[in-house]
Amino acid sequence: MALLEVVDVSKTFPGVKALDGVSFTLQPGEVHALVGENGAGKSTLIKVLTGVYQPDRGEIHYQGQPRSFAAPMDAQRAGISTIYQEVNLIPLMSVAQNLFLGREPRNAVGMIDRGRMEREAREILAEYGVTADVRRRLGTLPLGAQQMVALARAVMIDARVVIMDEPTSSLEPREVQTLFSVIRRLHGQGIGIVYVSHRMDELYEICESVTILRDGRLVHTGRLADLERIELVSLMLGREMSEVRRQGFTEFGGDHETPEGAGPVLRVDGLTSRTKLHDVTFDVRPGEVVGLGGLLGAGRSETIKAIGGAYPLDGGTVEVDGVSLKRPTTERAVKAGIAVQPEDRKAEGIVAGLSVRDNIALAVLSKTSRFGIVSDARIDEIVQRYMSRLRIKASGPDQRVGDLSGGNQQKVLLARLLATGPKVLLLDEPTRGIDVGAKAEVQSLIEELAAEGLGVVLVSSDAEELVEGSDRVVVLRDGAVVGHLTGDRVTTEDLMASIAAAAPESPA
Amino acid sequence: MTTTTIKTRPTDLSRVRTWLPEYGVYLAIALLIAYNIVFTPYFLTVSNLRIQLIQVAPIVIVALGMALVIGTEGIDLSVGSVMALAAALIPLYLGYGVVAAILASLVAGLAVGLINGLLVARVGLQPIVATLALFVGGRGLAVVVSDGKLKDIRNPGMLYLGSGDLFGLPVLVWIAAALVLVVAFVVRRTVFGRRLLAVGGNRPAAELAGLPVKRVLITVYVTCAVLASIAGLLSVARIQSSDASAVGLLIELSAITAVVVGGTPLTGGKVKVVGTVAGAILMQLVIATMIKHDLGPSTAEMAQAVIILVAVYVARERTTR
Repeated sequence: MALLEVVDVSKTFPGVKALDGVSFTLQPGEVHALVGENGAGKSTLIKVLTGVYQPDRGEIHYQGQPRSFAAPMDAQRAGISTIYQEVNLIPLMSVAQNLFLGREPRNAVGMIDRGRMEREAREILAEYGVTADVRRRLGTLPLGAQQMVALARAVMIDARVVIMDEPTSSLEPREVQTLFSVIRRLHGQGIGIVYVSHRMDELYEICESVTILRDGRLVHTGRLADLERIELVSLMLGREMSEVRRQGFTEFGGDHETPEGAGPVLRVDGLTSRTKLHDVTFDVRPGEVVGLGGLLGAGRSETIKAIGGAYPLDGGTVEVDGVSLKRPTTERAVKAGIAVQPEDRKAEGIVAGLSVRDNIALAVLSKTSRFGIVSDARIDEIVQRYMSRLRIKASGPDQRVGDLSGGNQQKVLLARLLATGPKVLLLDEPTRGIDVGAKAEVQSLIEELAAEGLGVVLVSSDAEELVEGSDRVVVLRDGAVVGHLTGDRVTTEDLMASIAAAAPESPA
Repeated sequence: MTTTTIKTRPTDLSRVRTWLPEYGVYLAIALLIAYNIVFTPYFLTVSNLRIQLIQVAPIVIVALGMALVIGTEGIDLSVGSVMALAAALIPLYLGYGVVAAILASLVAGLAVGLINGLLVARVGLQPIVATLALFVGGRGLAVVVSDGKLKDIRNPGMLYLGSGDLFGLPVLVWIAAALVLVVAFVVRRTVFGRRLLAVGGNRPAAELAGLPVKRVLITVYVTCAVLASIAGLLSVARIQSSDASAVGLLIELSAITAVVVGGTPLTGGKVKVVGTVAGAILMQLVIATMIKHDLGPSTAEMAQAVIILVAVYVARERTTR
């Protein structure tokens, strides 16, 4: 009998079908991988399982009974626990208090029995490899230990199902091994585990079965061992091996010519940041588009931001035209000629409440002013130039950017970057969430800019866009460069093979 | 016929919704003035209008700075304490002349603003917490500096600032009007003003665009505190005495009210300078009307509360549109 079964579940949000007839089965004692790219529906499925969302259609069977969870509390009481990426416990309370929160042992007069609570907490946590003093505040523990406390707490509540959402994203390799030994023990106790991660090596090490979602649909479910890595990647990205051979999905043309003997316009050397980036090194010559490939969480966005001075670095250097940026900040990066288009346009890109004009002129205010007073004439000249060059459709330069379509917002953002006269353009998902027409326009703009001699770094989850848009592709996995595709090897097959390739034996 | 009326109604309504938070304050002022002209004896006299303007001037000056801070999605609770500090320093330095005394109080404002700005921009404290420190400590310091005593001001220069006339209007009012023009110019025409709006509208975006976000924030808090110290020294000049425990008491609330009623959203990214002046005038008129009709200050406070709620509610309609 299946422990947890989801049958033909659909969930629609305004404008998006987040889940479309998805079924999912979890057996007792099974470690089940749930994978898919951004927007595939993983989080929606998890939220349906844990009572955060109510499905529009379909059924949930739990321990053989049809069930519906009205709220997260219901699911938890029934024995479905979730551990999120960010630990959601109370950092200012002690470890023991967190572990027993809401279920504290009482003494004869109904007061909390501190001694017993702390003794039991010590015993329980020892099984999870946490040896820290349980009277310490939770927040003072390393993140890995905090996650173990969360896990211990989840299992203590008589959990039958534990859902882990990217549990290793902030763990050190040693902590990952501790987590895996705990998972193996839970597996032995017949607890079903849903394991969400993008790290291939981990999936193949710990999971028995896999369910792959894409665009809200179930694309594959079965034993993981029967599925080759390359197949798994191609199913996630939705590219049939044979289908990929056709060319011309995008507006991108052939390779770009770079001036003979020209030195790199951007040189990135040994970027390192805690657990997120490990010694990322590559360079970009003028007129060249270099793609950054990899799955979600591979470190692509972090690399882009780090180059732009917006991500904390522990080591590594960034050079523009041979000049090193000492301790990069966003201000210095922009001055040096680096322009970053962030992945999240609304949160980090446009200023929605300001006009098209103000948004475009934002980064060049000091250049268009005298004695700190802005010159509207000079700004209008720049704004006019880019509005017509990028064909920005707005009622005029005074329209609020927040009222424009996604594609036009993106163009406004690109106009702001171009107005600074950059040498290097770092584009993180430049065509995400914009309509087909605007997508084609943005793609041909990237072509044009490279032809004019800009160095471009392109990140795209769309494998075609990445392969066709880039002259070379640097492949990242777990924050490290694992492959480099050049010349004839810049194909989706090679990209997937490179992403899927097993990591060399990790020194864990 | 019926179809056309149905079609036009929603557009009318939505127009009212965008219009109301922007210009509602002017409508309210017009209504209140009209009411007073009809029902309040001696309202339209020169002496009454002079009194109203003189009373509103310090609030306008403080509210200008507050509007800038709120435009960056911040808040400054320390303005009243800055006024007290400025007031306390005046009698201490008046012996060296009016200019020295004024400079001393401006420097005090600058120092407080710098501390606020550093706490917000560099340390990363929330503005309400960062400025709370000097809200409490600033007045305490002011009382210590002034020995907790009320000191009379007899310096003719100071008295001229507080009760002198220039071209038929009080000097105080001229100063406030000049500051309004300067701040309006800064917001609309300067690099700093535009950066301020971008930082308030979307701070991560402003950072990625390479703007000097921290410098902008520090400058905003310094400007706000310096404006508050100007209000503080003008209050001393008007009352002709310096009382650190009373000057600028609760003015942070009046200033925030003026800003919000004037149509500047607390969510940042927008600064309405003229609206802020109108907001201050509206609250002043409400109080004056109540007093003239023998309703106590507590009734006026309740009326103010209602106006704040209406202003915030109307602004909410716009953002959820």
